[in-house]
Amino acid sequence: MKRDFTIRTLVGVLIALLLAGPLLPRWAMFLITVSLCYGTVVLGMMLLMRTGVVSFGHGLYYCLGAYAAGTLDVLFGVSDIAVMLLAAVAVTGVVSALLGLLLRKYRDIFFAMLSLAFSMILYGLLVKTSALGSSDGFNVAAKTLFGIRIAGTEFERYVIFAVTVLIAFVAAVCMHKYLASHMGRLAGAIRDNELRVEYMGASVRNTIHVNYVMSAVLAGLGGALAAVSVGHIDPEMSYWTTSGEFVFVAILAGTGNVLAPFLGAFIFETIRSFAYEYSPNTWQMALGTTMLLVIMFLPGGLWSLFTRMRRAA
Amino acid sequence: MDGNFSWPLKTAASVLAGATLAITCATAHAQDKPIRIGLVTFLSGPAAGPFGVPAKMAADAIVDSLNAGKAPAPYNIKGFGGTPLELTIVDEAGGATKQVTELRNLIERQNVDFVIGYISSGDCLAVAPVAEELKTLTILFDCGTPRVFEEASYKYVFRTRSHATMDAVAGAMYLLENRPAVKSYAGINQNYAWGQDSWADFTAVMATLKPEATITSSQMPKFGAGQYGPEISALLQTNSDVIHSSLWGGDLEAFMLQATPRGLFNRSQLVLVAGEPYLHRLAGNMPDGTVVGARGPNGVYAQKSALNDWLRQIYKERAEIYPNYPAYSVAMAFLGLKAAYEKARGAGGGAPATDAVIKAFEFLNFDSPAGKVMMKLGKGHQAVTGTAYGTTRTVNGQVTVGDIKYYALERVQPPEGVKSLDWIKSGMKPGNW
Amino acid sequence: MNQLLAVLIDGLIYSSWLFIIAVGLTLIYGVMKILNIAHGSLYALGAYSAASLAGYWINQGHAPMGSYAMMLVAAILVGLIAGPVIERGLLRFMYGKDEIVLVLVTYAVFLILEDFIKLTWGVDPYFLYQPYSLLGSFDVGNLTYPVYNLVLFGMAVLIGVTLVWVLTKTSRGKMLVAVIHDREMAAAMGINVSLVYFVTFTAGAMLGAVGGALTAPMISVQPGIGAETIVLAFAVVVIGGLGSLPGAVLAAVLVGLVRSAAVHYRPELDLFAIYFVMAVVLIMRPKGLFSVQEARKI
Repeated sequence: MKRDFTIRTLVGVLIALLLAGPLLPRWAMFLITVSLCYGTVVLGMMLLMRTGVVSFGHGLYYCLGAYAAGTLDVLFGVSDIAVMLLAAVAVTGVVSALLGLLLRKYRDIFFAMLSLAFSMILYGLLVKTSALGSSDGFNVAAKTLFGIRIAGTEFERYVIFAVTVLIAFVAAVCMHKYLASHMGRLAGAIRDNELRVEYMGASVRNTIHVNYVMSAVLAGLGGALAAVSVGHIDPEMSYWTTSGEFVFVAILAGTGNVLAPFLGAFIFETIRSFAYEYSPNTWQMALGTTMLLVIMFLPGGLWSLFTRMRRAA
Repeated sequence: MDGNFSWPLKTAASVLAGATLAITCATAHAQDKPIRIGLVTFLSGPAAGPFGVPAKMAADAIVDSLNAGKAPAPYNIKGFGGTPLELTIVDEAGGATKQVTELRNLIERQNVDFVIGYISSGDCLAVAPVAEELKTLTILFDCGTPRVFEEASYKYVFRTRSHATMDAVAGAMYLLENRPAVKSYAGINQNYAWGQDSWADFTAVMATLKPEATITSSQMPKFGAGQYGPEISALLQTNSDVIHSSLWGGDLEAFMLQATPRGLFNRSQLVLVAGEPYLHRLAGNMPDGTVVGARGPNGVYAQKSALNDWLRQIYKERAEIYPNYPAYSVAMAFLGLKAAYEKARGAGGGAPATDAVIKAFEFLNFDSPAGKVMMKLGKGHQAVTGTAYGTTRTVNGQVTVGDIKYYALERVQPPEGVKSLDWIKSGMKPGNW
Repeated sequence: MNQLLAVLIDGLIYSSWLFIIAVGLTLIYGVMKILNIAHGSLYALGAYSAASLAGYWINQGHAPMGSYAMMLVAAILVGLIAGPVIERGLLRFMYGKDEIVLVLVTYAVFLILEDFIKLTWGVDPYFLYQPYSLLGSFDVGNLTYPVYNLVLFGMAVLIGVTLVWVLTKTSRGKMLVAVIHDREMAAAMGINVSLVYFVTFTAGAMLGAVGGALTAPMISVQPGIGAETIVLAFAVVVIGGLGSLPGAVLAAVLVGLVRSAAVHYRPELDLFAIYFVMAVVLIMRPKGLFSVQEARKI
């Protein structure tokens, strides 16, 4: 059964990563960590896309999560990873609940552009705030986890890696269960035909609102985790090109399965890294061509490769 | 087949010969294993044209010249201490997160020994802790923010050029020396950290040196706006004596192209804090009487010396024009590192360990095409130099700078342990250098 | 009073510029339902080609007034070459796909063209300032404006009027409007929708390139100018209502005046101005100022 396959694979990957972590070269561990952060955000995008809306402004929550985590140190002197993540969840949850009230009435390109407008407004606000470093941002250093000191120790990078892996795992499992549930399946129905869903008696707007908040919280978590592992945050996280990247990875990956966003994020990061290294003068062209090839030959995203292979087998 | 040697003997002989050759090559190779330097600079985007690519061209020229041993004394040893240099270039575009990833790749996957890079202040702030974590000597060669060493201390991170505070301080001093009766001034700066800081510094200095002067307007167009019609109208209406601007690149050029035909500079004198790279390009659109800074005694302000002649010559061969200030910044990075490396190596020693190079680099004084560079701030990690300003004059259709004044470092650099803005606001007392 | 007049004039000049760069985008979206991100590259291509061609013309010592013609020739050439190449060579195969996928296809084209421009013209900036100051300047109160700005305004009006005339008075134009309203019905009526798409995209590409060509004398033409313009063009198009020409006019005027007012009275707000307007308009009128009526599908 497909459900078993996903959960089994998730558990398998979790164990493999946690065990292999200390053996991996640090650049690989970092690459995986960043991919998982992106993947978490894209998981949220996937949920929204399954509901039939595409947000071009998820950078807003990615940035809010990161800044919520980062300003804890500046304002309260707190630099515990667990508290930072909770702060990110709280802030993005509240903001998305409020904005969702407005956004749930829009669809298609208008949803995209309105969400873009909000993310750019946050960008403008942050650039004007010199106390937060304006466009240069500032550095974030997580010092403890649940009170245990990790900064400066040997296993600092591994702990950050492990926390990211665990959170990504939990998010993926929860999302998988949600999508298989009654409300989760409503998402697909809304994408197909909203009017009929209303006739059925379910509330389209409420579902979209809930899904929007969930995706925003995921984006906030991804942002906070990125803040901790990269160590630096800046308003660029809220710029429309960042949101565009999330949309691109979501399409690259496909919406077939919760594993897809993480796979897509990982492949995207890897391709981008190699493009920078091997063609520093033409990496944009390389990236664009790759995008076109994926779109032309794998319209269901990379995940459709797997489904095709499994069906063939 | 000749029968002089039996085939086993022949095989053994060739194997032995091959092995000897291989071992000799390997050892020779080990001695000549080049020093790998990662260079991170903008190769795409708006910063590529004025800063990133000139820095790359200068780096290429300098590495070739150093490897051939053609630099003037005391830099005439080939490469670093006899070992040749090898450059690996990475594009700085993509934002701070991307650059953190790329730095890790550069150090851990591409195994560079040293890193020289970073024009954007945001990138500098982001990569410094990573370089520290990965224990690789990294030189920030061009970014301007004073925050790097004012907010934290680093062991592995150095900056071989002064930070941006001195640009604003010297600019205001020069302006007031030439035009003590300034009554009003306005500003047009890009609305991001560089522009905001530059304006904040300049207004703070003016408030300290000439508190009677009033600010008429502060225009803050967004980075990359390119269209300045309304801003120019607003500035025209203020009739200010002086307009301060830290605009650079395409934005500056667009602003000049749009403002000059409208006569803005007949009414107001322009102070361009980072205007030096555009002097030759904007001929006809750079009005006489513009105060121009080069972020240090670089380019047209570099005083005659063997090193300056050398840089100008090797750069012109590659680029067909004379070097601008990013080229000078990159030269300071390479020459500083070379000086530290050779000092740590001593006379005829082996390759020095990174810790030894760091120890040699701290508080080092070395010569550069722009003059003497002293690593006196940031506990020996941040360079200080004096700076220079001049005024433009068109001579025979060419834009030149005249009335050049030099400012010693004591007048324009905040001392160790004092934040730039605090130093300015408290009267800019010269530190104990 | 003088200040208000300045705000108005600056606003209208900026609006003209916005309209010229946005009109191609709204046309393409209206007809083909594609949000063409590559529009930014076409703008950049127009600017570079104009700078090269007109610059060459001036350097060869020909009459400087001819440089204006050269700029337009360059832009039209860009549109005639790039438009068909992109549309026939790539977009044609993607028409059935999801709207968002098409946006990504145009984004990929944008990335490719950005590097193409960098490889062809290099990273150094190009200047074409002669046409800007050639026509002299005029004074309004204590402000000076180059006559070129009037040219910009004139071109915007010309383009707008021509397009409206073509769309409402010619039969081909009315067929295009029919396709905007309902593609399937139009095809059922025998309109060659494929040809309409081709012509529209080429026209939109040409308009984008014309925008770039007209802007070239005012800026330094260098890598990255396309990216900055796209967001502005999008905002104008969305505010006005996608596919609506009168909407684009009104949106351009609105955004232009708001920005001009911000710059004169509250410069620090300039950063948000356009997104703020976009958010407010979308909140009050969810489909933009003028939107094309669509039947609700059950």
